[in-house]
Amino acid sequence: MGWETWIITTFSRSLAYGTPLLLGTLGEIYAERSGVLNLGVEGMMIMGAYSAFTTAYITGNPWLGILVAAVVGGAFSLIHAFASVTLKANQIVSGLSLTMLGLGLSGMFGRGWEGKPLPATIPKITISGLSKIPFLGPILFEGQNLIVYLTILLVPLLWYILYRTRIGITIRSVGESPATADSLGINVDRVRYMCVLLGGVLAGVAGGYLSVVYRPAWTEGMTAGMGWIVIALTIFAFWNPVYGMLGAYLFAALYHLSYRLQPWVSPEFLKAMPYAFAILVLIFVSRGTLQKRMGAPAALSLPYTRGEE
Amino acid sequence: MKRRVGFKVERRPVASGRVVFLVSLLAILAALVVAGIFFRIYGVSPIHAYQLILRGSLGSRFGLTETVRRVIPLLLCGVGLTIAFRALFWNIGAEGQLLMGAVAAAGVALFSGLPGPLLLPAMFIGGFIGGATWGLIPAILKVMLGLNDVITTLMMNYIAIYFVEWLIHGPWKGPTARGFAYTDTFPRAAWLPTIYGTRIHWPTLVLGLVLAVVMYIMVTRTRIGFEIRVIGENPDAARFAGISQLKTTLIVMLISGGFAGLAGVGEVAGIHMRLLGPTNISMGYGYTAIIVAWLARRNPLAVIVTSLLFGVIMTGGDVIKVSLGLPFQLINVFNGLILFFLIGSEILLRYKISFLLRR
Repeated sequence: MGWETWIITTFSRSLAYGTPLLLGTLGEIYAERSGVLNLGVEGMMIMGAYSAFTTAYITGNPWLGILVAAVVGGAFSLIHAFASVTLKANQIVSGLSLTMLGLGLSGMFGRGWEGKPLPATIPKITISGLSKIPFLGPILFEGQNLIVYLTILLVPLLWYILYRTRIGITIRSVGESPATADSLGINVDRVRYMCVLLGGVLAGVAGGYLSVVYRPAWTEGMTAGMGWIVIALTIFAFWNPVYGMLGAYLFAALYHLSYRLQPWVSPEFLKAMPYAFAILVLIFVSRGTLQKRMGAPAALSLPYTRGEE
Repeated sequence: MKRRVGFKVERRPVASGRVVFLVSLLAILAALVVAGIFFRIYGVSPIHAYQLILRGSLGSRFGLTETVRRVIPLLLCGVGLTIAFRALFWNIGAEGQLLMGAVAAAGVALFSGLPGPLLLPAMFIGGFIGGATWGLIPAILKVMLGLNDVITTLMMNYIAIYFVEWLIHGPWKGPTARGFAYTDTFPRAAWLPTIYGTRIHWPTLVLGLVLAVVMYIMVTRTRIGFEIRVIGENPDAARFAGISQLKTTLIVMLISGGFAGLAGVGEVAGIHMRLLGPTNISMGYGYTAIIVAWLARRNPLAVIVTSLLFGVIMTGGDVIKVSLGLPFQLINVFNGLILFFLIGSEILLRYKISFLLRR
């Protein structure tokens, strides 16, 4: 295999593997921007993966599987929203419990679904004209699928909403200063519910993508810590969808390389890289006053009750 | 005559011990009921499942000893976590700290060449240092640079997991392990004594119980215990009182990480007698200990009781796995539900709801 093919495959596979990471990160960015830390991403993703696979298997329709994954992920996230927004419970603990619950339930009900072949998956698309472009063509326009493209399109959309629209200002103000937002007549709880829900829907789709498109198969615990990488990526991205995209594809490339570089570098070292990298980047950007400009929502993980501050 | 039922919600000043106990019990019961519904949906009678769990974890000598051997790491990690949580340091990294304790103990056991009687004490000291080091890194990063403790402790777990994987696949892979990914068996002198015919490595159990009592005395009777509480409850007051956040956080994570490290020593020197795959060493003790500490309401002494409850659940998971063919992951359903109902019920501690019967 020539080095050119090697690089093209690496990039192309990074795009495929980065898609669920990016979906999860985009959702978590919105949840955290509204002030809710959701550590349940892993749990929502695995529930999405399980429900998408079973739906796609029974109905034979992979798209229906993705849709159900979105619904299940969203419904699951509402548990966290209820605990952290309505009951003002501790968000860290609530998110952890969501992850445990998701891993447990999917493991329990996923018994007997392992090793089954999926009748149909989402087709790979090759855009014949564009795929002829040297280098970029085979990476971007050959053998990818619609979800990869839709996810990329989500990035500018979610960026635009967050920074250039009234909805975005509302979300960010709720995350920065819920009391101020409240005094301006914004329904803090509702905004937070919506953002957590969006996070859940996107995490569900991310899981569904894993089990009906990327693999396509169901295995217990198949998200294998992806949800935690998403949490790290959200910080890595400074809570900005565009940086989120860079981070997701970069980490996906690292992950992919951990297999391809196996003969030369120990795979364990490369697999630990994203986690070590997340800490290193945080160290690098968080020196002293930089902290403020990093963009962490000021009210992140703080429950809001009117008149209590 | 019409009767109307209404209710009144008032703010509760401080919940009494009895209320806290009852609310916790209620939360656990609610979690068991919901878990029972999941059993039902899966097609297993919940009553049958709970009977199996109880009989399998407490009803036989073997079950009981298996429960106790799982209590040991939960107790050690849990006691340490109560201290961290008291200072509002979110140590989600007990899992990684446990693994690093196991690594250090294995290193001492295999390569130090210390004479027999010194070996085990050296392994415990090494394990404490290993776990504490892994815990101190996030502590320093938080105090000096303001890094989020949840994220760093969590990331450190994964780094520890892959570090262990690397050791057992690479440099520490045992020449006598016949191609399996683990180290050589420790020399005999590095084996912890067990209660005859069981896997209960009692020195670690005694250590855990003693540390629970010592920590209880520390948090209730000493100056440092007081400072930890102030840092957690009111950081501003702590600053005005001249309590050093750096010093307190370091002490807290030295304890929390170190105790988790001790748990790791117990697992490799008392159960496996070698370093092996991270999921074989721990099975998520570090994560379950978070619930253990939370359920104990950050009281080190109460951890003795709560770790027993989760010991039962973990052994129950094994029983269910064998007799009903359900995956061990099932215990995560219990863990998640109990944790969720626990934090959900905390609102009952803050508010008093009284039902009124009106005519």
